[in-house]
Amino acid sequence: MDIHKLLKTLTETPGPSGYEDQIAAVIEELWQPCVDTITRDRVGSLIATKRATKNGRTPPRRILLAAHMDEIALMVRDVEEHNGNGFLRVTSIGGVDTRQVFGQLVVVHGRKNLTGVVGCLPARLLPEEKQDKPFDFEDLLVDVGLPIETVNNQISIGDFISFRQPLLKLMNKRVAGKSLDNRASVAAVTVCLEQLRQRQHAWEVIAVATAQEETRLLGAYTTAFALQPDAAIAIDVTFGKGPGANEHVTHELGGGPALDLGPNVHTGMFNALKATAEELELNINIETHQRASGTDAHGLQIARAGIPTAIVAIPLRYMHTMVESVALKDIERAGRLLAEFIVGLDEEFLGKLAKGMMEEESKQ
Amino acid sequence: MNDLIKKLVEAYGPSGFEDQMRALIRPEIEKYADEISVDALGNLIAHKKGDGSGLKVMVAAHMDEIGVMITHITEEGFCRFTNIGGVYSHTLLGGRVQFADGRIGVIHSDRITDRSKIYGLDKHFIDVGANGRDDCPVQVGDAAGFHREFVVNGKMLSAKSMDDRIGCVVAIEAMKRLKQTPHDVYFVFSVQEEIGTRGAEAAANHLDPDVGIALDVTTTGDVPEAIPMAVSLGKGTAIKVKDAGMIAHHGLVQLMKKRASEASIPYQLEVLTGGSTDARSIQIANGGAAAGCISIPCRYVHSQSETVHADDVENSIKLLVELLAKPMEL
Amino acid sequence: MNELLKNLTEAVGVSGEEKEIRRIIRDLIADHVDEWHVDTMGSLIALKKGTGASPLRVMVDAHMDEVGLMVTGFDSNGTLKFDTVGGFDDRTLLGKVVQVGSEKVTGVIGGRPVHLSTPAQRNSVVKVDAMRIDIGAKNEDAAKGKVKLGDRAAFVTAYEELGATAVAKAFDNRAGCAALVELLRARPYPFDLYAAFTVQEEVGLRGAQAAAYGIDPDAALVLECTPAYDLPNKNDVSPNVALGKGPSIYVMDSITVQDPRLVRHILQTAVTHNIPYQIRQPGGGGTNTGAIQRTRRPIPAATIAVPGRYAHTPTMMINLDDYAHVVKLAQLTLQGLTTEIVKRN
Ligand SMILES: [Zn+2]
Ligand SMILES: [Zn+2]
Ligand SMILES: [Zn+2]
Repeated sequence: MDIHKLLKTLTETPGPSGYEDQIAAVIEELWQPCVDTITRDRVGSLIATKRATKNGRTPPRRILLAAHMDEIALMVRDVEEHNGNGFLRVTSIGGVDTRQVFGQLVVVHGRKNLTGVVGCLPARLLPEEKQDKPFDFEDLLVDVGLPIETVNNQISIGDFISFRQPLLKLMNKRVAGKSLDNRASVAAVTVCLEQLRQRQHAWEVIAVATAQEETRLLGAYTTAFALQPDAAIAIDVTFGKGPGANEHVTHELGGGPALDLGPNVHTGMFNALKATAEELELNINIETHQRASGTDAHGLQIARAGIPTAIVAIPLRYMHTMVESVALKDIERAGRLLAEFIVGLDEEFLGKLAKGMMEEESKQ
Repeated sequence: MNDLIKKLVEAYGPSGFEDQMRALIRPEIEKYADEISVDALGNLIAHKKGDGSGLKVMVAAHMDEIGVMITHITEEGFCRFTNIGGVYSHTLLGGRVQFADGRIGVIHSDRITDRSKIYGLDKHFIDVGANGRDDCPVQVGDAAGFHREFVVNGKMLSAKSMDDRIGCVVAIEAMKRLKQTPHDVYFVFSVQEEIGTRGAEAAANHLDPDVGIALDVTTTGDVPEAIPMAVSLGKGTAIKVKDAGMIAHHGLVQLMKKRASEASIPYQLEVLTGGSTDARSIQIANGGAAAGCISIPCRYVHSQSETVHADDVENSIKLLVELLAKPMEL
Repeated sequence: MNELLKNLTEAVGVSGEEKEIRRIIRDLIADHVDEWHVDTMGSLIALKKGTGASPLRVMVDAHMDEVGLMVTGFDSNGTLKFDTVGGFDDRTLLGKVVQVGSEKVTGVIGGRPVHLSTPAQRNSVVKVDAMRIDIGAKNEDAAKGKVKLGDRAAFVTAYEELGATAVAKAFDNRAGCAALVELLRARPYPFDLYAAFTVQEEVGLRGAQAAAYGIDPDAALVLECTPAYDLPNKNDVSPNVALGKGPSIYVMDSITVQDPRLVRHILQTAVTHNIPYQIRQPGGGGTNTGAIQRTRRPIPAATIAVPGRYAHTPTMMINLDDYAHVVKLAQLTLQGLTTEIVKRN
């Protein structure tokens, strides 16, 4: 599988939180050959099911893989006229770092797609208290270079604006671009599903491209509740070592996916994934979270009476910018790890997880 | 309709203490519902049956209001308090509150040494006329709502708690006017919205609707030095696209726009950068729902003079009825 | 010496890794309950069957997790990087003793000595990321031989009674756990009582939410240890709760309004049986009630708490009479709980 080509399509297709139709269509086409059924639910998550291919329990146990497909973006909040031109005031969808957007090219998704630039008054014309401060959405505007009449005609309040950045090739099989958070993980799930085609597995696999993770982990909460899987894995990106990030606990790009450990993760799931990686002699990193993991796992874990949940993360530099960077190798490894883990799931797995909590049987 | 508005906005019902609101609303809707129930948290739920061809729709208007709760009574009988929901101290001086038993208290603050400063809630107190702690008729833990008369200025309607009693009015009026619907509609007069949209979440958890529509107020950009926002008073009902807590279901937004255009109902599109509504909870509860919000533009939200425009109220009712009376394809 | 409080407070169970405390509680209750199991999140759920007099299902919750630290990295010189699990004031950490991991390796939290600090440094708070846990390891490899990445660390404090009061770590919420153990040891209630010793309260009330969903009760009672600020204070500010003045009853916190009907029932029970009580000052904080109430249909819930000074430090303090009164009040509240109280239509 050509992961670079895969990522190019995935990252260059817009899909801000709440507006995932286009990216969902792309993923549906990718996953279709690997799965048995594929649907979208009411909040917009894409749900693909691959039936068990090995005899086992009926109905089979089910594992849910969640990779969010939405990305950060902007939204039109107001239209302003100046000297006959139309300018757009915007707000963010998800955690947009306003220091990164000035000077970016964008696409305004109005009646038709319009190219725009993110502009701002020059520093000397900004008020005193705004000197030496990052620009904020009070100052920034999107300029589509068109007169007010055309703007009013083409663009409406609430239209979304995506960033425009084609995928770039860097050295060492690394790539850079927008929305690699979390299309890199969607690619990893694709690799996993592709590999499972050739393998026998006793558990049913539900691959979900979740909607609206960047705003509120919406797809994780709702799909885990509705589908009630027996176990779940969130696949997302994590911080790669790089400029500004070295003093934190971060991971080398190309050093393998990271397994996360902390309150959102079932220790038994973590151990089982780690054991799989060790068997495969596959490089992994271990990372920790202390409160909320900031991934879909936070929602998956407490659906209904609780679901054993793990996190597989792909190291990524410059998160939430237009030049997010990853190593292709880490994506391939994450996909392989997931596939092998699923192949290894058997009837005893859940019992082992419970034993890990307390060795003795429960009292009935 | 102004009589109904007056009745609801002047009533007592801070978050968690909505019993009196429930008692007021119930008789207004009894005739128009097939079934009425109250859940464990106190949500008042009116079910209007569909013909079986439509969806399960939850409409939520919250009946709770912001208020205060007594935290301490001083030796001299003054009551210190904390907020229930978004209460800000610059709206308090000279204000009055009412307790569950109808007792009125007046709000003042500790001595102000710097008039350019806004003091925190902890520097304010309520005087209920007590002579000392032992004589004080109010206890720690007692809740109060604000007290303010409903005023009609032509089409401008001002009162405390327009947020969200005006949403309740929209729901009640829509129930009256909705003769027939393909949908199973649950009108939920929800509790505890102001402290985290908790009532609607609970209701959505057990109703498990396909579609959730909140009825609530939204701020406007049409007053001096307001945060720029493309919503004005009197220019139509507002269809929410996004607020600080949620992104409305795109298909539902499109449908609302379509129904409004078809029926020539003036509307505005709302992108709100602060605050959220019950729709946020309905969207994520249970297995999730397509959620949106019909907003009533409102000036001075969370002050004691929240102001709406009668035409916007009317247009909100019309849009809700149009939506519910016809099929929903999302 | 209250052995139950001693055992429970000295046990370790930092949010997300509650294995030790779970086992200890299981051993304490196994003979007094009809069923128990551990749910997916790790909460210990036990059923004490009722007399059959009432059709209710009632959940009583006490979170068993405590705030603590987590090892997040290793320095080449063998010291451990860490971050906090649960809410901490950075100023409580420097110079404290901790036990790390399941092996309970002793460590100390160190920072720059005062002699080497500039006046400016001496006047500023040392942030967690500038502190290290020192277990005495000579280098990174030696440290890794004893401690794993992600290991939790808890304070080390021996339980001690000072007259009517007691000092220990983790009274929040082992005091609540102890009370719940005592409730299970008492005679049966009119209804089936589900005891939930829940996990992950300190990181967002997560265990209780899942437990409540699983149990699906008609009502819930939460047993807690609530911060008391009854210290000398120059200003005439509101006291919240005070040690020695009885169980503290929640009305409203920063998350929710407690079910008014249950609150009324608790207060009436206290008055009827002459048990002292205090209303916890409304506002701020939060208990598992906030999570339980939003689950299912939903579930009415309220909180009774033992007042405790110096919450989230190694040296919390409670009053033993308050504790005894919490047990008694909770027990009588439950014995008197009827369908009428939680009915609504
Ligand atoms: Zn992400
Ligand atoms: Zn409201
Ligand atoms: Zn606690």
